[in-house]
Amino acid sequence: MTRKEVVITGIGLVSSLGEGPEAHWTVLSQPGAKPVVDEAAFAPYAVHPLPAMSFDAQIPKKGDQRQMEPWQRLGTYAAGLAIDQAGARGLVSDMHLIVAAGGGERDVAVDEAVATALCATPAAEAGAILNERLATDLRPTLFLAQLSNLLAGNISIVHGVTGSSRTFMGEEAAAADAVRIAAARLAEGRGGIALVGGAYASQRWDLVLLYGAGGAVWRGPFAPVSARDGAGGFVGGALGAFLVLETAAHAAARGAVPLARIAGVATDAAHKRGGGASARAARALWDRLAVPDGRLGVLSGMTGVAEARIEEEAFLAGIGAAAVRRTGSLLGHGVEATFPANVALGALALSRGGFYPAMDPADVGDGPVDRILVTGFGQWRGEALALLERAA
Amino acid sequence: MKDHLGRPLVAVTGIGIVSPLGWGREATWAAITAGTSGISRIRRFPTEKLRTTIAGTVELPEEAAGAEPVSSPVRVERMAEAAVAEALAQAAIGEGGFPGPLMVGMPPVEYEWPQRFELARQANGNGTYRAATDVAAGRSDLYETFMFGGVGERLAARFGTRGAPIALTTACATGASAIQMAVEAIQRGEADAAIALGADGSVQPEAVIRFSLLSALTARNDEPEKASRPFEKTRDGFVMSEGAAALVLESLEHATARGAVVLGIVSGCGERADSFHRTRSNPDGHAIIGAMRNAIADAGIAPADIGYVNAHGTGTPENDKMETLGMRAVFGDAPPPISSNKSMLGHTLSAAGAIEAALSLLTIRDQLLPPTINHVEADPAITLDVVPNVARQVTGLRHVLSNSFGFGGQNVCLVVSAAP
Repeated sequence: MTRKEVVITGIGLVSSLGEGPEAHWTVLSQPGAKPVVDEAAFAPYAVHPLPAMSFDAQIPKKGDQRQMEPWQRLGTYAAGLAIDQAGARGLVSDMHLIVAAGGGERDVAVDEAVATALCATPAAEAGAILNERLATDLRPTLFLAQLSNLLAGNISIVHGVTGSSRTFMGEEAAAADAVRIAAARLAEGRGGIALVGGAYASQRWDLVLLYGAGGAVWRGPFAPVSARDGAGGFVGGALGAFLVLETAAHAAARGAVPLARIAGVATDAAHKRGGGASARAARALWDRLAVPDGRLGVLSGMTGVAEARIEEEAFLAGIGAAAVRRTGSLLGHGVEATFPANVALGALALSRGGFYPAMDPADVGDGPVDRILVTGFGQWRGEALALLERAA
Repeated sequence: MKDHLGRPLVAVTGIGIVSPLGWGREATWAAITAGTSGISRIRRFPTEKLRTTIAGTVELPEEAAGAEPVSSPVRVERMAEAAVAEALAQAAIGEGGFPGPLMVGMPPVEYEWPQRFELARQANGNGTYRAATDVAAGRSDLYETFMFGGVGERLAARFGTRGAPIALTTACATGASAIQMAVEAIQRGEADAAIALGADGSVQPEAVIRFSLLSALTARNDEPEKASRPFEKTRDGFVMSEGAAALVLESLEHATARGAVVLGIVSGCGERADSFHRTRSNPDGHAIIGAMRNAIADAGIAPADIGYVNAHGTGTPENDKMETLGMRAVFGDAPPPISSNKSMLGHTLSAAGAIEAALSLLTIRDQLLPPTINHVEADPAITLDVVPNVARQVTGLRHVLSNSFGFGGQNVCLVVSAAP
């Protein structure tokens, strides 16, 4: 089978730093960019909050907005930005969609009230009361906002993307596989254009609770990812990141300008992390990508969780990169949105012919670069690499 | 050993099933062909004040012996493990490691009420998230259980599959999507073999209430075994259920080379998303029609080659009407027989597409069409042969279309075929 070349033609990016590729390039291409951090609302956990935004431009119907919670609005909005940048509004009916998604939002007020009221009630009595409370207090529409696949459903409804639709769950690794599979399907001729990405709403107690239970969330005042001592942890970053991928021929035929080429995506999951297992798994992926000689820039998806950071640093030490940037120190960690966000930042840099100044005190080297490697080491499991090149 | 598009043919060499009708492929199939219902009153938790008090449930052995019910991800993992083990045993492959990836179709998971109550008690009755977060510190058991990657990671480690396992959800099409993902990996040449799995274990109070609030469930509680009535005139909603199915898939070449028994072929996969509504199909049916047509075209056959359709057939008034419309559009005046396993199993949600594909392969093996039970009064709007009430022996059945249509507009259809 002849593999078709796959390019990126659209970026939809929203983070605490702003909205859209232009805004991100403006902030991130200048030295001294500072993270936007809220240390109070979820203390002792810091978060990078969602910027002030109006969703109307991408989700024009208020009825649609009401059917979603912030996570789905953010993703649906970012997906629309990507479609717009690709100039692909007319192609959505045959556009394939893969979304990397976590769990949908809960009604925090209901959860807290019911948990407080019933936690001490004997189980024999609590059941009936719980049933009654939930049947009264839960909103049916919110159930749909809670289903992981309904971010994809909303993208289909709001933007008309209907070629196909798949949702991968599973934290960071889900996003890397979403990008990998979307690109692989185009490369083998299953369609000409695809939309892939994810979103993460950082200002959510339910996620702080889930990830905090595993010690994966950084406690205390903000610190860059390389400077989180002890077990480390991630600082949640509001992030919506979608990419429009196309075969090069499909893009050329309609006159779309490619931002970058996807030269390869590789993923694996070492079943235990420490002791170099994860670094070895990543090294095997690197070998599989067969990265050509030249000045390589790395956009690292490092979460700040120490065990994963140590493994990634060991891997990075062996690849001879010209420059390494730990994007988590400025954007925060957006779990299922981080890998596509870093691919987007890579495509942006290649399309502008530049690279980014240091984002973290441990960042080394400088641009310009010929190629960009995006890394993803999951907070708990999973290793992933993507290699981007300048579009021909 | 290539298909009409030059891709490797994808063989099925192992099938595993767990359902409310039994732990095991043959136990489930025997009950299905006998027209036995697996629906019963919910015993796992109190059902007072619920509108719907019935479901198809799968108890774990320790629960049957009196232990506390487990949460959904634990149940999903246990059923999945059993289904994969059964499929691997039949395929006689994978001792010491499986030569390909694992595709895990499963539901979204999150903390359930027992976890919330436990944390609130530890926080001295304070049910706030802030308090729960304080007392949950260090609870890696909760973290690893309720992270989406946890189930797939543990199954991948247990069975020694290659690469990163992919956990996916496309609502009620999930199990079929998992099979499609595995088929594509083999067709692309990424692996010689893959395990596809669909599993769901969501019968817990909040999930039952949520589906009930969407008016999706029947409340025919008095006679549970008669409650699931796909395609019947008095149908009024689906019955939630649980289960798992796993397929071992291999390139036909790989299966033949190692002398494996080929149980059938996944010859076509088709999908199409809908953009109409979060819980309903576009009234013109174009997405479900497109998914059916795409699957048949992907198999390189004509609609007339399909001898039987394993329905999505949930038993909601809307779904069954739309599926009829789709059948008529795709097959014209002479649609093949169609029946719904959900009449006996209920709707196993994320598992349904995988269980139904597995049962479709057994349908071809035994040339026996499973019935649609509880068919008392025909709906004049359903102009299909639904194989009412009693299984039907047939001859010459080679190709079955298995339909899966999900909330959120995600539709996947598979064509499974006899071994070539």
